[in-house]
Amino acid sequence: MEVLVDFKAGNCEKGVYIFIMNIKELGRLAYDLRKDVVDMIIAGNGGHIGGDMSVMEILVTLYFCQMNISPENEKDPNRDLFVMSKGHSVEAYYAVLAKKGFMDIEEVKKEFSQFGSMYIGHPNNKLPGIEMNSGSLGHGLPVCVGMALASKMDKRENRVYTVMGDGELAEGSVWEAVMAGHQYRLDNLCAVVDRNRLQISGNTEEIMGHDDLHERFRSFGWHVVDVADGNSIAQLNAAFDEARQIKGCPTVLIANTVKGKGSAVMENRAAWHHHVPAPEEYEQIIKDFAERKGALAV
Amino acid sequence: MTNRIPNRKAICDVLLESAETDKDIVVLCSDSRGSASLADFAAAYPKQFVETGIAEQDLVSIAAGLAHCGKKAFAASPACFLSTRSYEQCKVDVAYSNTNVKLIGISGGISYGALGMSHHSAQDIAAMSAVPNMRVYLPSDRFQTRKLIEALLQDEKPAYIRVGRNPVEDIYQEENCPFEMDRATVLREGKDAVLIACGEMVRPSCEAAVLLEEDGIQVAVLDMYCVKPIDREAVIRAASSAKIVVTVEEHAPFGGLGAMVSQIVASACPRRVVNIALPDAPVITGNSQEVFDHYGMNAAGIAKTVKDVLMDE
Repeated sequence: MEVLVDFKAGNCEKGVYIFIMNIKELGRLAYDLRKDVVDMIIAGNGGHIGGDMSVMEILVTLYFCQMNISPENEKDPNRDLFVMSKGHSVEAYYAVLAKKGFMDIEEVKKEFSQFGSMYIGHPNNKLPGIEMNSGSLGHGLPVCVGMALASKMDKRENRVYTVMGDGELAEGSVWEAVMAGHQYRLDNLCAVVDRNRLQISGNTEEIMGHDDLHERFRSFGWHVVDVADGNSIAQLNAAFDEARQIKGCPTVLIANTVKGKGSAVMENRAAWHHHVPAPEEYEQIIKDFAERKGALAV
Repeated sequence: MTNRIPNRKAICDVLLESAETDKDIVVLCSDSRGSASLADFAAAYPKQFVETGIAEQDLVSIAAGLAHCGKKAFAASPACFLSTRSYEQCKVDVAYSNTNVKLIGISGGISYGALGMSHHSAQDIAAMSAVPNMRVYLPSDRFQTRKLIEALLQDEKPAYIRVGRNPVEDIYQEENCPFEMDRATVLREGKDAVLIACGEMVRPSCEAAVLLEEDGIQVAVLDMYCVKPIDREAVIRAASSAKIVVTVEEHAPFGGLGAMVSQIVASACPRRVVNIALPDAPVITGNSQEVFDHYGMNAAGIAKTVKDVLMDE
């Protein structure tokens, strides 16, 4: 596998990781992984394609720029922890985990959603690299509060991350955890909201609006970072760096993403929340991915 | 009443003793440290205690997150809320993700008496037993509760433990409390009938057996504290040598101990099984004992049911 990011083992201390990365290369990688996702969804005849596309750069930035996690340190208590709270975007998660070396992408594509497969339609912690099962929304953040508390109790310097969907924020349990994160001053906890503004029934603001999201989190005592382009690895990386510096409270990144990002066929269309591309749609999507990837060339 | 120590206090005692050396034990409460008898733990080990506020969903998920990172999490909250408000967290974050969380349902069954149905948990055995990878325990007295918690501290699997609010009369003695994990305790042998009970219904079942013996009826009594995984062999052994089987539980008539025993007996050694349980309705207002008396869930009522069923045979 091509090494894009090289965590220098031994230099990882106090949460400051030295790594070599090329943000443009990672941006291009995101498009390769998008193709893996679309292939997976076609092979498995189902998948939450819209959210996979919006969350892709968030996952790439976490796994290739920010988190100290790899198949080599999977059991190390000092590893960084991630919970995919919006578990329905599992296809994007599988693609990133596979690129990271946790699983074989060809096997995932072959087995995704097939009879008897381990690669089910939501994260399954019997698979390598997956910390917790998810799928029911509103669970990831509270679980991460527990993980971050454990790190504080044991005086570990690792960080805990989760990604939630914006529609997910209607779950009351999210706000129970937002309160607890502040109560326990969990500055080792960083949540990301994949703010793509669409959920299965339509526009989030028409279903259960939260356009004052930043104010809501701030009023609960969280540090809020707005990521103007949540599909920009450079912007996401800077936001995660800022979160590392914040002490005394947890941080949330409001990542303004595009649902279906990567192809005009899918972008900003609620109907693509869960959809299998038809052959002609597939052709156009792959063409669009290549074009977008090309635009990121050095 | 001679014993004034509720089973929940026995849980706190074991955790207090163990936490002195085991720093991985973490107790979580949802503004329930007083009713869980865990205030002493919170005061003694504040660094091993997590208060989540009145947020039962969060209580269970946070416990799961702690457990994922190596903690032995004991999440204590009234059984009525723990088994319903946070049911999904118990299912997904504890059972499905297989985290080492021990869910302590306090003031279970109808312990809260006159507080009404919102505070009763007559559905918890059915709900929790139906979740794969969830174990369900209803210890009968303080000595068995101690043995159970000591045993649960030795494993890393999920479990739901229901205890009542009020002190219950002892069944065992401190120095004589036979206990084998996931094995029913045979309290009496008898060839006419077998009473299979759990939790607070074990004591009146024993008393019923004494009453019946005075009438020449020999009744075996099983303390099935391990409702799931139920001790199938013990059920078959006891049922095979008795004419009838009567189950007694502080639970709704569906999906509890009675249903499980009926399934086993029907498939392995068919004979008549009668379930004594709470009605499928909000229970009458009263304290636990008044409610039990009203529904025939006391020694006299259980003895009468056994006699009636035997006469009918």
